[in-house]
Amino acid sequence: MSEIEEKVIKIKEQALKEIKEADGLEKLNAIRVNVLGKKGAMAEVMKLMRDVPKEEKPQVGKWVNEARQAIEEKMELSKKKLEQAALTARLEAETIDVTLPAKKQKVGHRHPNQIALEEVERVFTGMGYQVMEGPEIELDEYNFTKLNIPPNHPAKDEQDTFYITDDIVLRTQTSPVQARIMEQGKLPIRMIAPGRVFRSDEVDATHSPSFHQIEGLVIDKSVTFADLKGTLEIFAKKMFGPDTRTKFRPHHFPFTEPSAEMDVSCFKCGGKGCRFCKGEGWIEILGCGMVHPHVLEMCGLDPEEYGGFAFGVGLERIALLKYEIDDMRLLYENDVRFLNQF
Amino acid sequence: MNTSLSWLRKYVPDLDVAPQDYCDAMTLSGTKVETCTNLDRNLSKIVVGQVLTCVPHPDSDHLHICTVDVGEGEPLQIVCGAPNVAAGQKVPVVLDGGNVAASHRDGEADEGFRIKKGKLRGVESCGMICSIEELGSSHEFYPEADPDGIYVFPEETPVGADAVEVLGLHDSVIEYEITSNRVDCYSVIGIAREAAATFHKDLVLPEIPETGNDEDVSGYISVDVKDPDLCPRYTARVVKNVKIGPSPKWMQRCLASQGIRPINNIVDITNFVMAEYGQPMHSYDYDTIRGKKIVVKRAANKETFKTLDGIERPLDDQVLMIADGERYVGIAGIMGGEDSMITDDVKTVLFEAACFDGTNIRLSSKRIGLQTDASQKFDKGLDPNTAMEAMNRACALMEEFGAGEVVGGAIDYYPVKREPVEIPFEPDKINAMLGTSVAEEDMIRYFEKEDLSYDADRKVVIVPTFRQDLLRTCDLAEEVARFFGYDNIPTTLPKGGNTAGGLQFDMIIQGYARDAAEECGFSQGYCYSFESPKVFDKLLLAEDAPERRAIEIRNPLGPDFSIMRTLTLNGMLQSLSTNYNRRNKDVRLYEIGNVYLAKSLPLSDLPDERMKFTLGMYGEGDFFTMKGAVETFLEKIGLREEPEYRADVKKAYYHPGRQADIYYDNQLIGNTGEIHPTVASNYGIGDRVYVAVLDLKMISPMVNFDYKFTEVAKYPAVSRDISMIVPKKVTNWEIEKMIKQRGGKILESCELFDLYEGAPILPGFKSMAYALSFRHKDKTLEEAEITAAMKKILNGLDGMGIELRK
Repeated sequence: MSEIEEKVIKIKEQALKEIKEADGLEKLNAIRVNVLGKKGAMAEVMKLMRDVPKEEKPQVGKWVNEARQAIEEKMELSKKKLEQAALTARLEAETIDVTLPAKKQKVGHRHPNQIALEEVERVFTGMGYQVMEGPEIELDEYNFTKLNIPPNHPAKDEQDTFYITDDIVLRTQTSPVQARIMEQGKLPIRMIAPGRVFRSDEVDATHSPSFHQIEGLVIDKSVTFADLKGTLEIFAKKMFGPDTRTKFRPHHFPFTEPSAEMDVSCFKCGGKGCRFCKGEGWIEILGCGMVHPHVLEMCGLDPEEYGGFAFGVGLERIALLKYEIDDMRLLYENDVRFLNQF
Repeated sequence: MNTSLSWLRKYVPDLDVAPQDYCDAMTLSGTKVETCTNLDRNLSKIVVGQVLTCVPHPDSDHLHICTVDVGEGEPLQIVCGAPNVAAGQKVPVVLDGGNVAASHRDGEADEGFRIKKGKLRGVESCGMICSIEELGSSHEFYPEADPDGIYVFPEETPVGADAVEVLGLHDSVIEYEITSNRVDCYSVIGIAREAAATFHKDLVLPEIPETGNDEDVSGYISVDVKDPDLCPRYTARVVKNVKIGPSPKWMQRCLASQGIRPINNIVDITNFVMAEYGQPMHSYDYDTIRGKKIVVKRAANKETFKTLDGIERPLDDQVLMIADGERYVGIAGIMGGEDSMITDDVKTVLFEAACFDGTNIRLSSKRIGLQTDASQKFDKGLDPNTAMEAMNRACALMEEFGAGEVVGGAIDYYPVKREPVEIPFEPDKINAMLGTSVAEEDMIRYFEKEDLSYDADRKVVIVPTFRQDLLRTCDLAEEVARFFGYDNIPTTLPKGGNTAGGLQFDMIIQGYARDAAEECGFSQGYCYSFESPKVFDKLLLAEDAPERRAIEIRNPLGPDFSIMRTLTLNGMLQSLSTNYNRRNKDVRLYEIGNVYLAKSLPLSDLPDERMKFTLGMYGEGDFFTMKGAVETFLEKIGLREEPEYRADVKKAYYHPGRQADIYYDNQLIGNTGEIHPTVASNYGIGDRVYVAVLDLKMISPMVNFDYKFTEVAKYPAVSRDISMIVPKKVTNWEIEKMIKQRGGKILESCELFDLYEGAPILPGFKSMAYALSFRHKDKTLEEAEITAAMKKILNGLDGMGIELRK
């Protein structure tokens, strides 16, 4: 073995040993400089090349290259390992307590009335209903007369009307929108009309002088009471869950005939009877009926040709029931601790 | 309206149905049951016992030790504390393990009280002798009962009998909600007719035998109706040799079920007949009637009349009065007079059963401020055809009870007889309306069950006059639906023409407003539409401020709710104040609601209802946070130019130096500002409050969702910062406007990034720094282009008295 070969082997073995022992990327780098660098051990060996006879040069070159390659491979391997270890260590150090509080964007909350209204709107717009509006300060004529409630009708007292003048009232119901839309005469009509209504009730847990109703109206040729039942059944199931059952009871409203009130099976107990439904198993939800022919006549429609149904829902009633709010006053206090729950 | 089941069975004898089933079926056929009270629900093991011996308790000054025969087994020893207990009495005894409804000490309880064998002061007691209160009733309804002691049965009551039965308490009292169209159902017979139809049973109306002696009533009284428009019918009869006494127990029980206290036979008969037929009756002491004459006429303005409750009532020329030959003796249909009322000394009674105009009674009773059982019946508008029947029923009962001698004949003023209505029978139309296929015969059967008759030849349904609610085919359809069963009507969906559903444009814009507000941390509130006129002072509005021209409610709940709001500020500040007082921190609220602006006052046209979007906040954030919320909304609805904030118009409720009107495209769309500290303090808020009010009616037409794509810039931007000393009165808006104008097309953006006042800047000046960014969409900008633009800008600044910072 030539002296050079011996040197190369020695350098290689020394280097491999050091690489093996290196415990950091800096050390590895130092080895690279010391062994493979311009002034490193291998470079020293190469300086000896000029004294090597010509015919042996390839052989020596081979030794050196082989040694270099072996060192580089080893070094690369070790580098990868060390890098991996460093990354693992960094990640380890960066571990956080994932249960620390979240940083939330502070967004506002929608009023429960609004949420309930939007749900009702979705149900009915999905069935092709238009959402309409009418004035809150309304003519007596639309609020009463055209709805088959002539002057001096006891229903006018029952509804405890706020008057502005003899002819102008704060509307006591959203039903006048029915009359206004029918008068426009664009048929068929499928609409709901949500809005604010007023009655002179003192404020308490279940009453407010101002609250909201949603009126519904369908006018077409050959609309039946069965259609009314079917439509409101869909509404009940979508609002209160697919297992909801409905019950229609005869009732009286001046502007519909036949008229009904609709109960839904209690969505808390499923109809068995509980505190929520006062043991009844049923909860009264809305009033409805077939539009009275006299109302159609007064709004310029021919009851022999056209007919339809109407219904009216109390929005607050839905909101209070759905969200189990036990006091209507909370809806108008606007305390953020209340609002932020929705 | 109440009835007991036992009273109903007087007219529907075959009504053998459990109370709950009765209630369910009646509700479904249209007579809605509100409550059903089983009078015996807490009564068990209670029998009639006879007190055999009764001696004082040795260790008590009020207890007695009794032995009581209860009909079976050995007599029981019972300790009794009632002062009226005595040997020989027949009494209700609750046996060991039985239940009573109420306790002497604790009153009534939901589940009643269990009575157990036990010792009372050392003496064994095997049950309890009961008072009527312990049985869940009251001596008001059992006038024979001792109010302070145990109940004592009549001599002839059999020992061992069911005491609850003897007292008539195996009964249920049912309360109904009667709708205003069913006047006939405000009577027990009306309910009975519904019950008979609902359960397919026969209705048996009371038999009314002929009454009256050989005399003729015309020798006693004449009736002159001066105002027939208000009195379609007036009937009168006379009963002489009256013997006042208690009415029979069965009648007392019936009255009790309606909560009517038994008084004496005459009062009870008139009350009973009123309940039975729904026809109020009045009885006068005939001997107080002057001139043998009844006159029915309107009162005159400013007259007064003392009703039988001793109160002087004001009258007017629309109040119908009953007078005798000289003076008023009653307010028609509402209440009789003090002078003519029945007393225990009455000898001859004049009965009145009349029909008065319902609307007039309702309005009069409202004006006078007096509602009575009678007025509440009349004001629904009674069927005049019932009056005579009720009158004769009352007279028959007088005879039956031996309460007096009925004088022959009757006065019957009834000039225009009300005739039955006839409705063409159109079964196809009825089925078409209901979506059913009910057979014609079935429909006729339903009608006949409720006493409507069918004339097959003329194909008409004849409606008796007591059914004032049936006028046309749709009314008959409801009758068919009720007895066919609403539940049996199928459920289908409308078939007809299609419609394009959806929200109105304005509603969609409101939706964007809600989204924007909530994204900026504002929660939605709801405020009242009416408020107090005092809010204008609270908001420091000038005496002549246009906001004070509010619409007034004629009959408000109170002064605090008497005007329709013309601005939304009060509702918002009130809500913020509620939160502030409850120590809620960093509160942000918004509201979308109308204000009501009169075109003229007093109101002749409907007012302008303007939808306002109001934002309010206190705590974290400032004036510019509020501006941010406003602009978030405007950007959402495509108003992407920067709105202009003009500070020249001053609103009293805002901080004079921190407010602005908001303009978009030179149109006023709203305002924003910090609430004036005096106003904030008027609302009890001790923090800075910021508000913005946007007029959605103004904004809606400007909305623009017509977005067009512009290519994303490919060429690099060049930025230049300028830092300058600016006179304080020059606004950011003015500087930006100038920079944008002079920067030309290549100026991409201009943003303020630093603002500073104070040393070393001289007073009256501020330091401002803007970052400008230039870019050309088709090429890389050349230095010369930027230099030229910058030069123009710097010249502009110079013209505004602005110096560059070195």
